[in-house]
Amino acid sequence: MSTVAIDKAGPSRKVKYGSMSRDRAWALRWSYFFLVLFAIFFLTPPVYMLITSLKSSAEISAATNPWWVFHPTLSNYVELLTSNQFLRFFWNSSIVAIVVVIITMLISIPAAFALARMKFWGSATLATGVFLTYLIPDSLLFIPLFKMLAVIQDLTGITLLNRWYVLLFIYPTLTVPFCTWIMIGYFASIPKELDEAALIDGASWLQTLTRIFIPVALPGLIAATIFAFTVSWAQFLYPLVFTTSVDQLVLPVGITTTLIKGDVFNWGQIMTGALLGAAPPLIIYAFLMDYYIAGLTAGATKG
Amino acid sequence: MADVVVQQGRVARTSGTRKRGSLRNALGHKSTVAFFLTLPLILLIVLLVLYPAFYSVYLATLNKAMTKFVGLGNFTFLFKRETFWMVVKQSCIFAITAVVFKALIGFIVAHFVHNIPGKKQRKWRGMLLVPWVIPPAMSTLAWLWLFDPSYSAFNYTLSFFGVGPIPWLGDTFWARFAVILVNVWYGAPFFLIMYLAALKSVPDQLYEAAAIDGANWWQRIWYVTLPMMRNIIAITTLFSLIVTFANFDIVRILTSGGPLDTTHLFATWAFQVGIQSSDIPLGACVSLFMVPILAVAAIFILRDVTKRGNEA
Amino acid sequence: MADVSLRKVIKRYDDVEAVRGIDLDIADHEFIVLVGPSGCGKSTTLRMIAGLEDISDGDIMIGGDVVNDVPPKDRDIAMVFQNYALYPHMTVAENMSFGLRLKHYPKAEIKARVTEAARLLDITDLIDRKPKQLSGGQRQRVAMGRAIVRNPKVFLFDEPLSNLDAKLRVQMRIEIKKVHQKVRTTTVYVTHDQVEAMTLADRVVVMNKGRIEQIGTPNELYHKPATRFVAGFIGSPAMNFIPCRLEDVAGKLQIRLTDRIAFALPPARAARYNALPRNDKLVLGIRPEHLTESHAHLEPGIETFDTVLDVTEPMGMETLVYFGLEGTPVCGRVNPNAGATDGAPMRLAMDLNNMHLLNEETGAVL
Repeated sequence: MSTVAIDKAGPSRKVKYGSMSRDRAWALRWSYFFLVLFAIFFLTPPVYMLITSLKSSAEISAATNPWWVFHPTLSNYVELLTSNQFLRFFWNSSIVAIVVVIITMLISIPAAFALARMKFWGSATLATGVFLTYLIPDSLLFIPLFKMLAVIQDLTGITLLNRWYVLLFIYPTLTVPFCTWIMIGYFASIPKELDEAALIDGASWLQTLTRIFIPVALPGLIAATIFAFTVSWAQFLYPLVFTTSVDQLVLPVGITTTLIKGDVFNWGQIMTGALLGAAPPLIIYAFLMDYYIAGLTAGATKG
Repeated sequence: MADVVVQQGRVARTSGTRKRGSLRNALGHKSTVAFFLTLPLILLIVLLVLYPAFYSVYLATLNKAMTKFVGLGNFTFLFKRETFWMVVKQSCIFAITAVVFKALIGFIVAHFVHNIPGKKQRKWRGMLLVPWVIPPAMSTLAWLWLFDPSYSAFNYTLSFFGVGPIPWLGDTFWARFAVILVNVWYGAPFFLIMYLAALKSVPDQLYEAAAIDGANWWQRIWYVTLPMMRNIIAITTLFSLIVTFANFDIVRILTSGGPLDTTHLFATWAFQVGIQSSDIPLGACVSLFMVPILAVAAIFILRDVTKRGNEA
Repeated sequence: MADVSLRKVIKRYDDVEAVRGIDLDIADHEFIVLVGPSGCGKSTTLRMIAGLEDISDGDIMIGGDVVNDVPPKDRDIAMVFQNYALYPHMTVAENMSFGLRLKHYPKAEIKARVTEAARLLDITDLIDRKPKQLSGGQRQRVAMGRAIVRNPKVFLFDEPLSNLDAKLRVQMRIEIKKVHQKVRTTTVYVTHDQVEAMTLADRVVVMNKGRIEQIGTPNELYHKPATRFVAGFIGSPAMNFIPCRLEDVAGKLQIRLTDRIAFALPPARAARYNALPRNDKLVLGIRPEHLTESHAHLEPGIETFDTVLDVTEPMGMETLVYFGLEGTPVCGRVNPNAGATDGAPMRLAMDLNNMHLLNEETGAVL
């Protein structure tokens, strides 16, 4: 507003300057306008999940305004959170995600340390291989993995198919390459003098790793942990292929296969389940957004 | 004193060669340590990624009962099926359209976010990234409900404008539109974040210099922003191309490939053929058709990422 | 405390020799500075003493023991790095005590040593801060503190002041000297800055292309450089090198700089250079401070000549004047009141008592 005043009052020489800042003010207004439009586009599904989850089946089937809750109720939440089956899904998902995070870190951190700091025969090839592995999608491997598990099951007599714990071995193929890759980047950014100082201070390589590298690269470690957790939590294809019994399912598969039964009016529960399933990553994201984004963008930089 | 030192040196030199041998042992020891540190990683990649990948090729050469080697029989069988060619076409349409729109929307929104004052950027960025954070299987359920044939909230809204009802998932065109829309919705925030990070890395002085040289906003984008971001745009686009091409969750939940298999992608069709219809060799064969395009994209990503690393 | 000796130490990277046979004896308590241009092998030499680089050939002894294959932690050395290399996640006290804690020293002793070092370096107030909260100079002190608490046999400094601004560098230079005077630990200090080398060292080792050019006290290097490299490297502005030749004129030896300018050598110099062949290519080395404005009463051995100045640089306490002698750029230092101006003619005096004569081909100072 003040720019307009300057425009009128000032000598003609200032017009150029005035028009520039007026341009900027308009650019800002347009930016907000479009940001609001895009925010509506991006937030409609989750908001609609929430709206539907607060409705009773009767209200959903009554076909009133779908964008508004006339008789809010928590009955969907109560029903799901007291259902053994749903809690079982939640428990399976949690245990899988947490154990996969631990396995991922145990594999990734030492490997990234070795690849970032110890030049050995084939280390460059291995680092490239790690990155390429990260680019191999799950939809390429689910069929051979399924058959492999079936063959191993036949050979050893150990039940692998239709057991949630088999996911503990499969998920790391998705998490370890990326986590190793970004940890190589974080470790490589630590100045070489720091390990030399530690070496002179008398630290072994293990002490250098645990007492210098891990604490210094903690932001990277958090980003990698978040990544491993969210990937494990969201994975849909592998559990859909490898598990079928209701007590072995993880959340995404459990919700999509058991709550959809052709009963159209079950949408309240489906949306509640989906929202509860989306909650853990959303909560982590809300509190650790900066680490989340750091992990997201780190993949595009070379380690 | 110096004499003593020299003498000790001479004595020491005789044992020097032997000691240097032990140093070589120590170096050997170092690479042994490195080997053990990377061993779990190597085992994981070899046993659960490389082996299955080659196993897949082997499986693709067997007959349905997996009792007989049929060579390229599965491939020639696929070439004769109309559904296969439809899947090829739909996979390409889906991946290319979705990636283009994700890239465009991400680029545009990144500029809008970059335009607003720094303090508010965090909040907006946080809001706009939500689709990427929600597990796609969960958010696609919300879309499924939004597209519901009888209760679609979209159709309810459109009815006020005298439009519709649109058979979102029942008609081939709209079903294809819907799966692309959901994929764009899910993936655009990733582009947004990558572009925003890239935009922030362009020094302000470059824009100021361009403004002094008389460039308008469009020229600033064309001559400053795009060249500076070229590498990150390439990496993000290629990466997204791989992920989109190999997409499973969205199509599986939204349409399961229907209506009449017209929205199937390689992944969903391979799942239907290989797992649901228990024709593992044919399923493996279908998913192997993803390899060429994935390999090409991967090679280009690797080149760009290495180049980026060298620049840094 | 200990002496350090290097015997024909060689470092090869593949087939490139970075260090080509260094022989050096460093006495107990001595402060030695390795100086030279980048890539001269000084840092590599220091890192070999530290044990951070393997040596390709030769021997390194600390306190009389050959340490060629001894890992850094067992060499009883401490090192201060150019970028300080402080552990960013530890406080100052934790940084300083890390080495002692790894060696499981009793807590009371660790605390006593850290307190003592902090007092010595005047960083007692900073002890609980993280490196990020410290200025460059403070970080430098902490890095030194980390070295001091370990009470090592040898201190190694790798360009410790390069990351500081000019003013702080002078201040920290004095600080380092003071600390050395107190703890008297044998010190090897690497720098590319000849002023640092001159001000800090008991003895300076000038290195070039992987070899030692000269070892000597700062004064020896300045007044009696052994090679053209040392003569040119030590001193700022650098020594002038002017092509010249010797002539016999009427039984006296004279030095000819240009067709126009030739001076009779003072007797001491004439005696020294008399045996040299007359037609050899020679170079006159003369420091800028021995090229001053002319006075009415000149001492013997000081000769005058006229020239036209190209550029002058008033520095306050002196003015640097630049001119050419048959295409050779020459620098002199004159009194600011001598009236030197850009483009003006000026009569200058050359102090031949402080001249050096060098062989143009070998670079040896004759």
